[in-house]
Amino acid sequence: MSCLILAEHDNSLIGPATAHVVTAATRIGGDIHLLVAGSGCANLAGQAARIEGVTKVLLADSAQYADQSPEPVAELVAELVAAQMARYSHCLAAATTTGKNIMPRVAALLDVAQISDLVQIESEDTFVRPIYAGNALTTVRSSDAIKVLTVRMTAFAAAGESQAPAPIESIAILGTDAGAERKSKVISRQLTQSERPELGAAKVVVSGGRGLASAENFHQILEPLADRLGGAIGASRTAVDAGFVANDLQIGQTGKIVAPRLYIAVGLSGAIQHVAGMKDSQVIVAINKDQEAPIFQVADYGLVADLFDAVPALTEALGRTGSGVDSS
Amino acid sequence: MKIIVAVKRVVDYNVKVRVKADESGVDVANVKMSMNPFDEIAVEEAVRLKESGLASEVIAVSIGVAACQDTLRTALAMGADRAVLVQTGVEIQPLAVAKLLKALCEKEEPSIVLVGKQAIDDDANQVGQMLAALMNWPQAAFASRVLVEGNVARVAREIDGGIETVEIRLPAVITADLRLNQPRYATLPNIMKAKKKPLEIVTPEVLGVDVAPRLKVLRVTEPPKRVTGVKVLDVADLVSKLKESGVVA
Repeated sequence: MSCLILAEHDNSLIGPATAHVVTAATRIGGDIHLLVAGSGCANLAGQAARIEGVTKVLLADSAQYADQSPEPVAELVAELVAAQMARYSHCLAAATTTGKNIMPRVAALLDVAQISDLVQIESEDTFVRPIYAGNALTTVRSSDAIKVLTVRMTAFAAAGESQAPAPIESIAILGTDAGAERKSKVISRQLTQSERPELGAAKVVVSGGRGLASAENFHQILEPLADRLGGAIGASRTAVDAGFVANDLQIGQTGKIVAPRLYIAVGLSGAIQHVAGMKDSQVIVAINKDQEAPIFQVADYGLVADLFDAVPALTEALGRTGSGVDSS
Repeated sequence: MKIIVAVKRVVDYNVKVRVKADESGVDVANVKMSMNPFDEIAVEEAVRLKESGLASEVIAVSIGVAACQDTLRTALAMGADRAVLVQTGVEIQPLAVAKLLKALCEKEEPSIVLVGKQAIDDDANQVGQMLAALMNWPQAAFASRVLVEGNVARVAREIDGGIETVEIRLPAVITADLRLNQPRYATLPNIMKAKKKPLEIVTPEVLGVDVAPRLKVLRVTEPPKRVTGVKVLDVADLVSKLKESGVVA
């Protein structure tokens, strides 16, 4: 048994999701090779080699991998796996928008199924994944020789840092025959700039819904609380659709899946599609003036109150006690 | 320019599904079925491309039991020109769906295949990307804006952290995300007209596609339930509870 993991990165840093995927791979066992495919990314190999559990880093440095375009990256991964059929039994990536873009393509090239968003590994061929927005869990057994998997990062802890870095091997760039007309070309990226922690990795998430009523309120009410707690900001789909915040802050079935230590839901009703994205949080607080709101059914602590009074008061009360979140 | 748009019949968005007692699956008997919401968005985008004069024909495709004809009629009522049902009673997994769509692409030679980014039943998020790989076409997944000019599409994609704009040469696969558009409701006159539009029925055997499942479902279970917590009196009570629980120092 042996796993090939596609590392997630932006050509300067290995993304936090990758260490979670490494943990999932250790549950499968055998060698764990981490593929870094990028451009001018030699410095990444060193970071990748220090993730505990990785036994070898494969470095594919070529301009065609600069943007993580799915066509060339999937071809590279599939060729690596197919060339060493006996070697790689499993091929994994994080269930991020990058992993979801590339891995089905890898699976189709290998003529095998892909298993999305797995949350549990029962054995080398049996996996658990959510369906119906997390309202059910399905346990599936794969009959394919190679298992292509995407891993939900909140379901597996991040692997630690290793003192003895894994060896790094530069690999020859395979098949550059792919003509430009068969590839998507990235024209631009508009990434949201923020001082706050990344949603998927944050220990605290303060999330708002339609109850905030406007973009101004959303920022004025929620940001001081998030900053007091060192947390990230999230939103329900209705808040995103109403234009209060950008789409990448959406939490739920079709947005981000988060599982922080503390989730504070403010002025959001708790539609099942939203709950699917946050119900694995350790402690959930709901603040809503409607005592019938379904969010209270999943909240550990519910406060029926007008958020415009309660949230600033909470921010102030937490400030007085000089708190932050226990980082343990 | 032809567009193929694939639509899946799924349990309606508003239905709270129940897991069967014998853990064999989710109970779909006597449950309202509808078109997968992401596929509705894909149909809308295809119809808009036709209305703007960029596309000449929109072909709606569905795969599954005979009742999928209802889903196809909805697509026709929204503005698709004709429909193809690949009729089968067996479970069709994403790789098999992609292979069936490939067979139809080889026959119809569309310039664009539009599909929803994922179906809200199995939440797989695979078919569009798999089809693109099988056709050796470029892909633009999770589209929130599509501009077609000549044989090139410029697509804004929803990615973690923001928006990415890509250019793809046609033919290509585009998968629809939530914010691509607001699908129209089919009007009564259009529903009546849709009944007269052509709907062809084929089978996986006729298309020569092996659809044998690669994954065996061992069991389907309820997710662990969260215990409902307590209501706190006020902000001070909330702060003290949070301190007790140890999440706030």
